[in-house]
Amino acid sequence: MGAMNTKVIEAEYDYVKPASLDEALDILAEKENVKIYAGGTDLLVKLKMGADLGMDIMMDINGIEDLYGVDKTADGGLRIGAAEKIWNLETNADVIAMYPILSEAMHLMASVSVRNMATIGGNFCNASPVADTVGPCMCYGACVELKSKKGVRTVDATEFFLKPGVTVMEADEILTAIILPAPEENTGAAFTKMARVRPDIAKVSISCVIKRDGDAIKDCRMAMGSVAPKPLFLGDISAELAGKKMSAALIEETAQKVHDFVKPIGDHGTTAEYRKEMAHLIAKEILEKAWENSGGELA
Amino acid sequence: MSAEKIKVNLKVNGEDVTYTINPEDTLLKALRANYNYDVKCGCEIGECGTCTVLLDGDAVKSCVTLAAACEGHEVWTDKGLGENDKLAARLQDAFVECGSVQCGFCIPGFIVAGVGYLKNIGNPDRKMIRNYVSGNLCRCTGYQKIIDAIEKVALEMERGEI
Ligand SMILES: Cc1cc2nc3c(=O)[nH]c(=O)nc-3n(C[C@H](O)[C@H](O)[C@H](O)COP(=O)(O)OP(=O)(O)OC[C@H]3O[C@@H](n4cnc5c(N)ncnc54)[C@H](O)[C@@H]3O)c2cc1C
Ligand code: FES
Ligand code: FES
Repeated sequence: MGAMNTKVIEAEYDYVKPASLDEALDILAEKENVKIYAGGTDLLVKLKMGADLGMDIMMDINGIEDLYGVDKTADGGLRIGAAEKIWNLETNADVIAMYPILSEAMHLMASVSVRNMATIGGNFCNASPVADTVGPCMCYGACVELKSKKGVRTVDATEFFLKPGVTVMEADEILTAIILPAPEENTGAAFTKMARVRPDIAKVSISCVIKRDGDAIKDCRMAMGSVAPKPLFLGDISAELAGKKMSAALIEETAQKVHDFVKPIGDHGTTAEYRKEMAHLIAKEILEKAWENSGGELA
Repeated sequence: MSAEKIKVNLKVNGEDVTYTINPEDTLLKALRANYNYDVKCGCEIGECGTCTVLLDGDAVKSCVTLAAACEGHEVWTDKGLGENDKLAARLQDAFVECGSVQCGFCIPGFIVAGVGYLKNIGNPDRKMIRNYVSGNLCRCTGYQKIIDAIEKVALEMERGEI
């Protein structure tokens, strides 16, 4: 069975609640073994399962104004504050209109009572290979904004993740926002998640955004969840599609490449074989759907 | 490092209270330690929903909510809602009328989630109701009658009867 749910959090730690981002960054710079609490829906479950997170201080970032807001950027994209709740984002009119599969993926996450607490920053920083908001963000070309006392930097979402639970974020940094570029004309997107029942953790998931130029693919981006130790951006396979004329044969060929490329593991969710077979099937499905959504027709 | 006890001020079922808690206590633990036994404890890891409460009007799972983080916030439980809120009381009655209750263990969570649905969305749309309460598990009823009850009250709201 692995870890046991003790129902009691064994770890002991202090709780701090900074009133501002500056104060939070000071704490991170000055103290050791600080863990951030956002929605807590990953953190508390891990603690109850007895995980040793080496935490001496839990820092609650709820209510820090700089971490909220869904705002249009100068170039027509969207800046999403890291502490925004999933439920607020999936129902946000701009998110729905500009990045439909991000909203769709959120709608299929967990349950409303979890999504009322869970944040997008937490979904990224927890760095699970299943994280449902990550694939759509990678496909839309998102960056994450990281702040510390030393300054601010942005990292491409495709380069943020290293391995399960580990990202490029330093111990003194906070993820402050997810920044999405402006959506382009003739763009279509699709998202699919295979799970026992829809709101469950994904056995395998896939996202795709295609920019169309007539009957050819201008640009394609695909990402998958639960098939690698981190959310997987299919950069090379997607890039090979640029400039090609779309066809059923191209879709089949690409789906086969995805199948051959992924090296999933088997776990309590399902087997490696199932994940690999599904990768082929859902890659085909989302390429067709994203193309259709971009206004393209399949010969 | 030995963690200090802390005091957290919040409003529970309309009443201002101060709970003395450990930094690691969940809202579920703090509520039950202070006699709110209508909030049930099931899986304790956010899966089953029997611990659902309204936090500032939104249905949340109190077992994965930190008590310390509730400073200044407002919590409503099944019992408090039933005693103070007309809509919630109506939903409790509808559960009885529709035969939605068997062993009853999941029901406080379902009532709170149902109230969350009626107040925040409210459409008499079975699919939307199902999505909203999908974080609540029931091992007895098969769900249909629970959805029936929430839908019944949503229809009454639509007709302006409540
Ligand atoms: C029943 C249940 C079902 C779930 N189903 C799904 C699902 O279907 N799909 C899915 O993707 N997830 C699912 N989850 C996981 C979880 O809800 C999400 O990953 C959620 O988005 C985490 O956000 P949070 O704010 O609760 O994170 P927290 O638990 O608060 O934090 C998670 C991690 O990120 C760090 N962190 C948080 N915010 C920041 C920040 N701004 N800067 C730096 N570090 C930060 C924390 O220190 C911690 O290590 C489920 C969880 C539960 C309990
Ligand atoms: S006890 Fe909270 S969801 Fe099960
Ligand atoms: S009535 Fe028994 S679990 Fe729902």
